Amino acid sequence: MENSIKPVVVVIGNGMVGYKFCERLLAKSTGFNLIIFGEEPRRAYDRVHLSEYFSGKTAEDLSMSTAEWYAENNITLHLSDPVLEINRPNKTIHSQKGITINYDYLVLATGSSAFVPNIPGIEKEGVFVYRTIEDLEMMKTHAKKAKKGAVIGGGLLGLEAAKALLDLGLQETHVIEFAPRLMPRQIDSAGSMMLENKLKTFGLQIHLNKSTSSINGDKEINALQFSDDSKMDLDMLVISAGIRPRDELAKLAGLEVGSRGGIQVNEKLQTTDEDIFAIGECALHNGMIYGLVAPGYEMAEVVAANLCGGDKSFNGFDMSTKLKLIGVDVASFGDPFVTEPDGRTIVFEDTHKGIYKRINVTTDGKYLLGGILIGDADAYNILLQTVNNKIVLPPNPEDLILGSRGGEGNAGAGVMSLPDEALICSCEAVSKGTICCAVTEGGVTSVDGMKKCTKAGTGCGGCIPLVKDLIVGTMKENGVYVKNVVCEHFDYSRQELLSLVKIDGIKTYDEVLTKYGKGDGCEVCKPVVASILASLWNDLILKQDTIQDSNDRFLANIQKGGTYSVVPRIAGGEITPDKLIAIGTVGKKYNLYTKITGGQRIDLFGAHLSDLPDIWEELIDAGFESGHAYGKSLRTVKSCVGSTWCRFGLHDSVSFAIEVEDRYKGLRSPHKLKGGVSGCIRECAEAQSKDFGIIATEKGWNLYVCGNGGSKPQHAQLLATDIDKETCVKYLDRFLMFYVKTADPLTRTATWLNKMEGGLAYLKNVIINDSLGICEELEAAMVQHANTYQCEWKAAIENPEMRKRFSHFVNAPKVKDPTSELVPMRDQVKAKEW
Amino acid sequence: MDTNSLNTIDFNSTLVADGKWFLACYASDVPMNGGACVKYEDEQIAIFNFSRRGEWFATQNLCPHKKQMALSRGMIGSSGEACEPKVACPFHKKTFSLITGECISGDECAIKTYPIKVEDGKVYIGVE
Repeated sequence: MENSIKPVVVVIGNGMVGYKFCERLLAKSTGFNLIIFGEEPRRAYDRVHLSEYFSGKTAEDLSMSTAEWYAENNITLHLSDPVLEINRPNKTIHSQKGITINYDYLVLATGSSAFVPNIPGIEKEGVFVYRTIEDLEMMKTHAKKAKKGAVIGGGLLGLEAAKALLDLGLQETHVIEFAPRLMPRQIDSAGSMMLENKLKTFGLQIHLNKSTSSINGDKEINALQFSDDSKMDLDMLVISAGIRPRDELAKLAGLEVGSRGGIQVNEKLQTTDEDIFAIGECALHNGMIYGLVAPGYEMAEVVAANLCGGDKSFNGFDMSTKLKLIGVDVASFGDPFVTEPDGRTIVFEDTHKGIYKRINVTTDGKYLLGGILIGDADAYNILLQTVNNKIVLPPNPEDLILGSRGGEGNAGAGVMSLPDEALICSCEAVSKGTICCAVTEGGVTSVDGMKKCTKAGTGCGGCIPLVKDLIVGTMKENGVYVKNVVCEHFDYSRQELLSLVKIDGIKTYDEVLTKYGKGDGCEVCKPVVASILASLWNDLILKQDTIQDSNDRFLANIQKGGTYSVVPRIAGGEITPDKLIAIGTVGKKYNLYTKITGGQRIDLFGAHLSDLPDIWEELIDAGFESGHAYGKSLRTVKSCVGSTWCRFGLHDSVSFAIEVEDRYKGLRSPHKLKGGVSGCIRECAEAQSKDFGIIATEKGWNLYVCGNGGSKPQHAQLLATDIDKETCVKYLDRFLMFYVKTADPLTRTATWLNKMEGGLAYLKNVIINDSLGICEELEAAMVQHANTYQCEWKAAIENPEMRKRFSHFVNAPKVKDPTSELVPMRDQVKAKEW
Repeated sequence: MDTNSLNTIDFNSTLVADGKWFLACYASDVPMNGGACVKYEDEQIAIFNFSRRGEWFATQNLCPHKKQMALSRGMIGSSGEACEPKVACPFHKKTFSLITGECISGDECAIKTYPIKVEDGKVYIGVE
């Protein structure tokens, strides 16, 4: 066995820090035989985000890794098996299940337990601590019959626990704090008042200066008795009065522990036995217990590095912290409490918005010492950097919390002025120098790339805005022209690539890549080139199916669970009763969920991949064609009923909508396209929220362009007034082709216009006055498109080779994906939650 | 030789699980520069025919991000100077190395990769 010659490292405790230690050690060396003992029944999980367990996350979601991870890395994991004894002379440990193991090195990562004060009645049912998933599960069960709950402890963890009670749906939640303010270790009383007011709006009731004298009730809790003789009826209580290091095993083994708990360690995190280390919340370093995860991770790194022959030390850790408590930003950094004569204080308070900011500066006003942010903690990162790096303050330090009011503020400049040693990512200990070096020498240009290269931003993620600013700032400093290219494989913008492909008459992705690109392509450039090829040549996209995005590859929209939705074209929203019946018949036969879309058509959800060709065969037989809901192409042209029925209608808007939809259907474009035609100024088709909108007037039609609904609604702008139908179609041909040829990938017409130099005036000049002399070409391209249109689904079902592609298993084409589950909802089905 | 596992597959009796190499499908079943999914007992394995590189890869079909059986329907490509071959999940474009299985675009856990070989137009996957 090769393992027998490797030194054995036993880790006691499988919490976040124990897990991180394994991760760090593995990253440095595979020369150890790693064995972990955990007392909890599950793999290490994210205790910091424990309250999310009540807002929908599962234990698996919170897990730090997969079961396979341990196996793949040859780690032996013993769960539900606490270590009961350390035999130091023999260097062995004994577990509850009777396992004895010889260790070379022992790492204690036993963490902490909740400190439970000795209040009479504390043992009653309905009293909980807030520490593990098991605690949470017990709380969940009890909360079903509870109405009114309280948390003892208004510190960081106590407020987290209060959030959990809110999430459990209790009618009343109270927080009881012994001190005169909330989070007494992190914030001052003014900050606490602001936080209290904020928390009250979320339904929390807060009681300060209150000490609990007893817990009343027979078997189960029914009230709290306070030392001021007041009383509170309740049926659920969570104790969060601090933590107590788990040092009992160390004590039993004769290792030195502090008088108030904690395993004594030196700067190498060695206990009084040099082969035994203690890390995380169980370790007592220089009189301090660190109850946060970041210092625990740093300790894990130090021990892992030193076991691999390094020489790292743990020299204390900054306890600055920023978090979101029940939706309120709270941050505390440096020394938050400095007062005169040790320093001066600048305070900003906005009771209307619930914002409190305090910074403490040296008496000479030169340096920042610390501060507190409530309600808005955006400045946290840069303020913390300013403290840690002793950066000289600007002449008006209040700008740091008020923002520069001169109007020339530049956040990037602040970041770039940091010294190289400045610690940017404290979870992974990455400095500014390392990040800038990764940009300059490693060629990193994205946050993703930075995560891969330096691990910066992979912990809590709080530093990502700083990392982003540093990447851009460094690139600018290096004189890098940040060019708008498609992706790493092409040094061209979409527009440049389109021109090249057109001039050279290239028809396939592979040729495009070989000729103009490098590498093997990716999920970004493939659909871009696919769209360019489709726009230029209008050939069947399925001939190059593997360069299409999944929706285009299978001509349907992938949905949760891996089934697809099907949208037949219903031009202008006009449909015959027979066609409605045909859709109903297909929906019933294939057990599909049906819904009317926003674009006046019908979407059928829950189709298995292998059913798609059969579904389409039936739809096409009934006279339907593809609706291109899956493509970056024309979706629908919405219409109101117009002069054919409506007593206000001026012209026949439905017929015009159908005509336009038929002309542009299948047109591949940088993003999806939507249109609308209204029969009068009442605008029932909402045409002004579309990429193009046509509205009937007394004298003809008004043409609007570049509108948008969606997340950034934008009104379409008037391109031409009172034009006839033919002119309207001519302008539309030009407008759409101009957009197709010049816009960046995934840019809607509204954004395209917003970025266009000269704006609408320029666009009008190009489309109406032909200022670029390209209109003939644009019109010809659109005519070619309309002449070469064919229904992709018809082509697909008629070609046996293409049809074959629509199966989940190539070696069992009739078997459907067994993991695609549908569950009932309101007489139909829906996808199972993921 | 154990052929029982193939009883669940309702066609093609020529497929046999032969010790370590499982005959998964024909090379022509997998589109050029794309993927397809095969069923092996209760496992779903994604096969990629990276014809541009003249290479084949096999990974688990499950994307660890939202636990969807979808990787075989993803686009393949390469990443970085070293041209690391990768696949992008069609759901949220998480990308994974086809060699190591490692997640290239974030913190998702790695996917399983399988040995694969093509002989006489047949694709074999190494299974345990």
